[in-house]
Amino acid sequence: MLTLEGCSYRYAGAAGASLHDVSLTLRDGEVLGVVGRSEAGKSTLCLVASGLAPRTLGGTLGGRVLIDGADTAGRAMHEMASEVAIGFQNPGTQLSGVATTVYEEVAFGPMNLGISRDEVLRRTDASIDALAIRALSQRDPERISGGQQQLVAIAGLLALAPRHVILDEPTAQLDPAGTRLVSDAIERLAAGGASILIVEQKVDLLAGICHRVLAVDEGRITLEGAAAAVLGDPTLHALGVAEPSAVRLRRLGSEAGLSEQAIEGALALATSRVNDA
Amino acid sequence: MLGGIIGPVGLVLMAVVLPALAAGVLRGLVRTSVLLTLPIAISALLVNLFFFPGGQQVLLRVGPITATAEGLEFALEILVRIMAISGAITLFYLTTRPQDLVVDLERRGVSARVAFVANASVQTVPAMVERAQQIAAAQRARGLDTEGSVLRRVRGILPIVGPVILGSISEVEERTLALEARGFTRPGSRTLLWWPPDSSSQRITRWGLILALVALVGARVAGRLG
Repeated sequence: MLTLEGCSYRYAGAAGASLHDVSLTLRDGEVLGVVGRSEAGKSTLCLVASGLAPRTLGGTLGGRVLIDGADTAGRAMHEMASEVAIGFQNPGTQLSGVATTVYEEVAFGPMNLGISRDEVLRRTDASIDALAIRALSQRDPERISGGQQQLVAIAGLLALAPRHVILDEPTAQLDPAGTRLVSDAIERLAAGGASILIVEQKVDLLAGICHRVLAVDEGRITLEGAAAAVLGDPTLHALGVAEPSAVRLRRLGSEAGLSEQAIEGALALATSRVNDA
Repeated sequence: MLGGIIGPVGLVLMAVVLPALAAGVLRGLVRTSVLLTLPIAISALLVNLFFFPGGQQVLLRVGPITATAEGLEFALEILVRIMAISGAITLFYLTTRPQDLVVDLERRGVSARVAFVANASVQTVPAMVERAQQIAAAQRARGLDTEGSVLRRVRGILPIVGPVILGSISEVEERTLALEARGFTRPGSRTLLWWPPDSSSQRITRWGLILALVALVGARVAGRLG
């Protein structure tokens, strides 16, 4: 379980805090979605939860970050790496820059942990299979598409076998097929007991995989609850977050005077068409 | 007259030409070495041929400048030494993958950070060249003139160099975060997936070369090599 207790964070040199008194609990096996407008503090939340802020970034952290009830203050970043993994939006900068094949790139993280060679190989193979990138394994990671690089970067995170995974807009550069692979991998990870915190603009993705969603605005949590409730909240639009397709369809149907039965029928039809595609 | 260059020539043949022939890279080695050493070789030849102090045996006079046999002998010695150095370096690069070198160094106890820096430096160059090509293509698509006179080309470089350097700098922080999050700063040795083979014949050759180096330095210090 990953817990933030009253966390505030100010970047080094910044005039004010980017995160204010944020408290949340990420339970084992749970997928927690984070939405909010640009510059709302979503990425800062990810950096604080991962331990990178303030360990690597500097700045000032107020409050506590706990793993299974134990305060992480004083723990080095490399100690956090095998427990909390974080992935970013830009796939190019997540690559190590030294691996000549995708296989070596995925293995880079576990190699750093000093575990046995057999375990590195086992984790690398499992992560490659989870993201369905076996066909890329002997390719140069610098010479594949941005979407493929993102899948490789996520596979590299999974190879660390973390219990908590933080993903900051992981599908921003992925096509629908790549997005589906990532969402499948997230669901599998959660089913295996890992907890996932995912920041996403693709609210349909969040609606499909998240147990809970929270909205962030101006560095504060403004909405929190079950995914369906938060993503269906009428105030979400004012926070710069688009409605999920299902919510939009229901709202438009209702405004057009359609019956509940007709709306649900249209929704079921649309869902089956998307799944077929 | 050429006695002084027999040693360096023998060294080039033994330590550069024969290994290059065995590795099948002789043609590439000659081409690269000549390209690398030509400017310095020409200047060394001209300076020593015409301005060798104390030369007595005149070969040629061009106005006030005199080419002497002593100068020619010394110039040839210098040329062969330059060939030995450039040939050895070129042979190393033609026969060794940077990745192999870095992994082997790490296996022998060199710090993972040092190995990473060495490896990343080698791999960053082609990545930056590719980025520069992409930016150049994007800038040309927006009307930047990178062809024509020298002045135009120089003017066209600035809008390309700026984004390449600034883009690389702006990526450093995120790359650092990603490396930290993947446990790169953990103290101690990393698990290596593979390392280059090191056969007994390679080990014997390596130790033989080290002993030969020590013997040659010793002979030189003792004045046995002239």
